[in-house]
Amino acid sequence: MKTKEWLIEKTLLLMALSAVAMLALIAIFVFIEGTPIMAREGLGHFLLGRKWAPTKGSFGIFPMIVGSVWVTIGALVIAGPLGLACAVFLVEIAPRKVADIVRPAIQLLAGIPSVVYGFVGIVVLVPLIREHLGGPGLSVLAASIILGVMVLPTVISISQDALEAVPRTYKEGALALGCTHWQAITRVILPAARPGITVAIVLGLGRAIGETMAVIMVVGNAVKVPAGLLDPARTLTSNIALEMAYAGGDHREALFATGVVLFMFIMLLNSLAALRFGRRRPSP
Amino acid sequence: MRPDPALARDQDLDSPRRDQDLAVPNGGAMAEHKAEMAREPKVRVEGLSVFYGGVQALKSVDLPVHANEILGITGPSGSGKTTLLRMVNRLNDRVRACRHEGRVYLDGREIYDPQEDVILLRRRVGMVFALPTPLPKSIFENVVYAPRIAGMRDRRKLEERAERALRGAILWDEVKDRLDDSALALSGGQQQRLCIARTLAQEPEVVMLDEPCSGLDPISTLKIEQALDSLKATYTIVLVSHNVQQAARATDRTAFLLMGELVEWRPTAEMFTNPRDPRTADFLEGRFG
Repeated sequence: MKTKEWLIEKTLLLMALSAVAMLALIAIFVFIEGTPIMAREGLGHFLLGRKWAPTKGSFGIFPMIVGSVWVTIGALVIAGPLGLACAVFLVEIAPRKVADIVRPAIQLLAGIPSVVYGFVGIVVLVPLIREHLGGPGLSVLAASIILGVMVLPTVISISQDALEAVPRTYKEGALALGCTHWQAITRVILPAARPGITVAIVLGLGRAIGETMAVIMVVGNAVKVPAGLLDPARTLTSNIALEMAYAGGDHREALFATGVVLFMFIMLLNSLAALRFGRRRPSP
Repeated sequence: MRPDPALARDQDLDSPRRDQDLAVPNGGAMAEHKAEMAREPKVRVEGLSVFYGGVQALKSVDLPVHANEILGITGPSGSGKTTLLRMVNRLNDRVRACRHEGRVYLDGREIYDPQEDVILLRRRVGMVFALPTPLPKSIFENVVYAPRIAGMRDRRKLEERAERALRGAILWDEVKDRLDDSALALSGGQQQRLCIARTLAQEPEVVMLDEPCSGLDPISTLKIEQALDSLKATYTIVLVSHNVQQAARATDRTAFLLMGELVEWRPTAEMFTNPRDPRTADFLEGRFG
């Protein structure tokens, strides 16, 4: 009996460790492949260089960094307010029947493959932007909108959890003091849920910055620093995906180095989220 | 001095801004109102049954609460005491499965009438919860929360209001030098008195307290009881307590609830010396509950 328990525990431990090991292996591999070229080119040159001509020996990924940052912030400007509003509606206002329809619909949104988002973007959104706002259509704006919709489920479901975790006493205390429902939401519930909402937004950021397929399809992929929302751009992820097929030698290393930068970005965001989670006060 | 809130009653009903009306003393009408109040209880609960889903929490309860008295409501856990309070300020409105029959009157007006303004009702009927619920703000901001949301901006008025409320809750001397400190830094007993002060600051007419001393030490409990005793001159107070001794010490009349049924309600002294119903006697003597 005792050996059986021992065996089960150790097996589970091994399985849990294998997930961590997988992560460690990928990270180590990416770093081993990617860091030498950063060292050779100089970190400053690599990160801030504006010229990306890998076949001719120029490896500057600054345009891609800017592209990723723009697209991600754009996505968040769209998904943040929309997602938060939706979460507040679902938790505080929606009658149960409406919530029962909206919740699964949002989960479904998360299940649509990204290539489908990209396809809809290129067929519907890009021409719309080209005709009404000008520019080539394939742009930072198009990518931001598509990404915004894609990260919406993340922002909504995590904000929803945060709102539901606010102690009921806060809300009832506010109502008993003569707050209207809306005052209770804006002055008591939202401030109390702020740490969780921040986490929702940071995790949304993480998803947006890592998304590849849909972005490649609508962002234009031009290697230059975008001057405005209607300019095409290229993101870190699309840089890797677009060129990996024919990259060799230094070029291949440079793509791995792009991966390293992406890795750092996402680690930064996740640890930021973890930090906020840690600070959340336990509910009484 | 603050005028009797009942005096401002008639004006209140038409006015969305109670605090202004309350500032106008009207001594002449005093006797007349006193006489009227003797006829009409401040709060009257009539045939009130409450259901949560299929569970009946209150069974046709009839109970008047007179102005300027402390009414104690006692009974074992789960007997519907809290539900009764939550029906009087309509806090159960948003509880989805909750449904009720019967009526509740405040100054003779049905509070569940669709025409009644629930926000105004909650400003007139304040409630203090079992566990202290300070908001994560400063002491001062906690106290002036209600006047602020009601639109009061003048700093000096707010300070006056805060001082009066804190004195009413016998907390002023302990916090007057640190009003800007976080309310969460106060002790449990102080937090509960802060919550009472916060309710007083909204200048209600009825103050309902739901087991306000359940988590407190005897000294804090005593302070709260003292505060209540001095407050009944101005307010109508409903004190829910499953602590029989507290009900005996602090209240003028006591109502005994058992499994949703109002067994009896009588002057406290009478109830404790000579309960009519055997179930009351059993409970008061600690045979159950």
